[in-house]
Amino acid sequence: MENLPWLSIITFAPLVGVFFILLIRDDDKEIVARNARWVALWISLITFFVSLGIWINFDNSTANFQFVEKTVWMPGFKIGYHMGVDGISMFFVILSTMLTVLCIGASWITITDRVKEYMIAFLVLETLMVGMFSALDLILFYVFFEGVLIPMFIIIGVWGGARRNYAAYKLFLFTLTGSVLMLLAILAMMFQAGTAEIPKLLTHDFPATLQPWLWLAFFASFAVKMPMWPVHTWLPDAHVEAPTAGSVILAGVLLKFGGYGFLRFSLPMFPLASADFTPLIYTLSIIAVIYTSLVALAQEDMKKLIAYSSVAHMGFVTIGTFAANTQGIEGAIIQMLSHGVVSAALFLIVGVVYDRIHSRDIDAYDGLVHRMPKYALFFMVFMMASVGLPGTSGFVGEFLILVGAFKANTWVAAFATTGIILGVAYMLYLYRRVIFGEMTKENLKSILDLNRREVAIFAPLLLVVFVMGIYPSLFLDAMHASVENLVERYQSALAAAQHISVVAK
Amino acid sequence: MYIAAVFLPLIGSLIAGMIAFVAQGAVRAEDTERKKRLDLASQLITCGAMLLASVAAILVFIAVVVNGQNGTVELFTWVDSGSLEFSWELRGDTLAVLMVTMVTVVSSMIHIYSIGYMSHDGSIPRFMGYMGLFSFFMLMLVSANNLVQLFFGWEGVGLCSYLLIGFWYDRPSANAAAIKAFVVNRIGDFGFALGIFACFFLFDSVSYDTIFSEAAAKSTATMNVFSGEFHALTIICLLLFLGAMGKSAQLGLHVWLPDAMEGPTPVSALIHAATMVTAGVFMVARMSPLFEYSDVALTVVTLIGASTAIFAATVGCVQNDIKRVIAYSTVSQLGYMFFALGVSAYSAGMFHLITHAFFKALLFLGAGSVIHAMSDEQDMRKMGGLYKLIPATYVLMWIGSLALAGIWPFSGFFSKDIILEAAWGAHTGIGQYAFWLGITAAFLTAFYSWRLIIMTFHGESRADEKTLAHVHESPKVMILPLVVLALGALFVGILSVDYFVGEHTVEFWKNSIFVLDTHKALENAHHVPIWVKFLPLVVGIGGIALAYLMYMFAPELPKALASGFQRTYQFLLNKWYFDELYDKIFVKPAFYLGRGFWKAGDGLLIDGVGPDGVAAAVQHLARRAAAMQSGYLYHYAFAMLLGVAFLVTWFLVAGA
Repeated sequence: MENLPWLSIITFAPLVGVFFILLIRDDDKEIVARNARWVALWISLITFFVSLGIWINFDNSTANFQFVEKTVWMPGFKIGYHMGVDGISMFFVILSTMLTVLCIGASWITITDRVKEYMIAFLVLETLMVGMFSALDLILFYVFFEGVLIPMFIIIGVWGGARRNYAAYKLFLFTLTGSVLMLLAILAMMFQAGTAEIPKLLTHDFPATLQPWLWLAFFASFAVKMPMWPVHTWLPDAHVEAPTAGSVILAGVLLKFGGYGFLRFSLPMFPLASADFTPLIYTLSIIAVIYTSLVALAQEDMKKLIAYSSVAHMGFVTIGTFAANTQGIEGAIIQMLSHGVVSAALFLIVGVVYDRIHSRDIDAYDGLVHRMPKYALFFMVFMMASVGLPGTSGFVGEFLILVGAFKANTWVAAFATTGIILGVAYMLYLYRRVIFGEMTKENLKSILDLNRREVAIFAPLLLVVFVMGIYPSLFLDAMHASVENLVERYQSALAAAQHISVVAK
Repeated sequence: MYIAAVFLPLIGSLIAGMIAFVAQGAVRAEDTERKKRLDLASQLITCGAMLLASVAAILVFIAVVVNGQNGTVELFTWVDSGSLEFSWELRGDTLAVLMVTMVTVVSSMIHIYSIGYMSHDGSIPRFMGYMGLFSFFMLMLVSANNLVQLFFGWEGVGLCSYLLIGFWYDRPSANAAAIKAFVVNRIGDFGFALGIFACFFLFDSVSYDTIFSEAAAKSTATMNVFSGEFHALTIICLLLFLGAMGKSAQLGLHVWLPDAMEGPTPVSALIHAATMVTAGVFMVARMSPLFEYSDVALTVVTLIGASTAIFAATVGCVQNDIKRVIAYSTVSQLGYMFFALGVSAYSAGMFHLITHAFFKALLFLGAGSVIHAMSDEQDMRKMGGLYKLIPATYVLMWIGSLALAGIWPFSGFFSKDIILEAAWGAHTGIGQYAFWLGITAAFLTAFYSWRLIIMTFHGESRADEKTLAHVHESPKVMILPLVVLALGALFVGILSVDYFVGEHTVEFWKNSIFVLDTHKALENAHHVPIWVKFLPLVVGIGGIALAYLMYMFAPELPKALASGFQRTYQFLLNKWYFDELYDKIFVKPAFYLGRGFWKAGDGLLIDGVGPDGVAAAVQHLARRAAAMQSGYLYHYAFAMLLGVAFLVTWFLVAGA
């Protein structure tokens, strides 16, 4: 088992599925669609279960990369095919594989047009996401990081809503602007350090004068992906126009690219610049938390509301990350995982009624609890997880982040904590308008409650929410070594720099 | 045993929740027989679980308080991140176990009462499930052994309170009240959460044992927070107290509690009188080892408590909704508990908490019995003359009111007396403030209690014929729990006064409450002038007399007063205009800002300058560039000529 190329299997298994789907040919569109669905489902399920293997075989005691695979790819440029995961990235791999399964399940009957291509897009997306989180070579990372945009662009542009073109282009415009700068920085790093291997770069000390530029270039890309205020405006549009499963992946996994990037690159590779820019991050994050929460309060579209709440939640993540202590960073990771599950669930929740009534307007609904009690229950649980009720996953992340932030800067903690008030306000207000009250609208009177397929999709998400909330050690234990290592490296780099400047004086 | 006491309600609640879904199916199939059976099953299971839990709790109480065992139970690690580590634990000291016992006993009575009260409701399993879930969270709150588990229970009861206030979700007012309760509580929790962070910052731990044992050593420590160097424990205590203010509806954050009366009456009794709203009081008592070292925090607690006591009492005097009167009375009594804590008479505050739980639950359930009899009428102006029709309820309401007004030998007498004496005994300015406001509030308390009794039970009936014809005494399943609570209201005070605040107080509390030797309010309370001892009783009787005068013998008087002092009357009737003020300065601006940020910030500024602006600019430039491709040869030739001319000039100038 030890020598199995786990990560390559997980990364490329979906492509095998793509191959099989491509083979499906029949004159009857229905048969093609059905076969494509089943192949996609099986492949994604297998991938998911295999990916659990890396968790089971994961060694909690070391901060080193595990399941490492390394072969030369472009030797002339010192670029290799290099994969591996540590305590920071491991869970994101599993998050990606899990959400892909649920996405395929959620699209089972709602997608009737070009089903084959749709399934292919999702499987390719899965490959790219898993590859992104396990790439240990800068160029390989970049390929996966940017490659994700292509299937996402297609998913929104082809299966999206009315304004899908606008949304797809906006997504591209924002993200590409950032990534051009990141590519330049990557090249600069390779020239400076003479290697593209991430493990080596992690121990390389970049010159203090170069760090701010590299940091800013990476920041441009990660801030858009995160998204941080003020480059967040692509997100609501993308979410609104994307099909449900597209939103799930977008909120569940793609938004984590930025946070993961900060943890993998900015903080450990450019510690001095990170320390210098921390006030900037804090400011933007606090604005994100308060500003977008208020904006969420005023939304009339369910998906937009949840999209804005995502921005607020990601504001917590950046605060925790740049608090740069154990609690802050572990909280940030937990918050990202939790948000991955909870926001995915909330988008699926919206998708359920959208499938039935074909409207995302909050005003189009009222009193759903009368006809859909099961739906109301699931919605309630995920809403509570979203507002960080203790006992759910949302609490653990938020709590750890705020503890970490309080240690680093009390003002930041205080401002960020106002988010727990505003979060409750917009979520409960949404819930009340959609679920409670009398059912007055005629077209709702025959709406059906969740069917078995839908319950089967929500049940695992519910389970994760509670397990992560009640016994988070299951997750935290695997992170400790890597996070401690990151914090130590960060602190010692700062201490060393301080030492030099003291000596210079 | 301890685990059973805490987790049985959860199990009962989960089963009831499942039954709720099955029952939904029965409703849809229009199988009323099956629905009834399911309803009954949910009632039996939740009540049974609660009763078993209270038996278990009493056994734990005996083991811990009487036999002096340490009942702490550790379950498993919750969070472990760096130096931050805490577990799921049940703390077994007097304070925790006392609360567990009170909560389970009162809760099981209210569970049983609910069988009768909710008998006409369509969602009985859901109701019972919520009530059980609430009890579980409340038990987790009081039995916590670290601040975070306390917070778990704290937020959990908030959730259940939200669910139960909005139980009748068809009513817009109930939904609004539910949201208000949750949001206002979260404002308090904002402070509470920061308090926990600050605690961890100072002690590097959130576990009670560590915090309490190190508090003395850190009593003079300062902390660099919010751009200043402050006394650490004062900061922590003030932040935690903000949480207590939210949960216990103290002045400023009290606005949610009266609205919470939208929920079914058993909810008001359990959550908004006996248990959840007292969580703030419990928490401050729990944290006594920290509060003791901060005079500033104690002064603030006293100030807020005393002000709340008088504020709520004045408002209670003019309300017409029977439940709202009792709700304001609850706010006012919570104020008493807080100023008791503020003068370091924690045990007196806890004593009042326990007696209040019994008589206030009794009053609420009695009011519920009235409402039940009156076909859901809550306005006292439409009641009157009911005492002959529902005599049992009438007697029980008298018992509850006598206890509330602090008449000897009812429970409230003992606890209110010791609180006021302790306020006097503090021998401080703020203690005097609390004492005199407390005395005035005691007068008003007696007044509004009898105003309620007279308006409801005496005089001419003001109800319509149809309602009157339906008036009936409540069934036994509702009266019996009331009798149990009435026994509590009668005897808990006189039987336990020596243990709570009298000669056995040290053996009773053991180490669960900490008071500095220099804080002698409680000790001094036993040596106050004789007039201080009798004043509360005197004003209580005076208040009752005034109510009789105004509402029984001279019914024109209140009207004359109301019109004579129109301004004051309106001010009180509108609850000092707190709601209007908050709406103006918080709620409206939040929505206004949200819209503004969205339309102007995101729409015009960011998108307008960013992607849309860039796209427009590109389009504009492209159109201009495209216009140059006119297709006429001489245009191109001219452009070329211009270029050549420019280049030649350039080389000439540059070359020269």
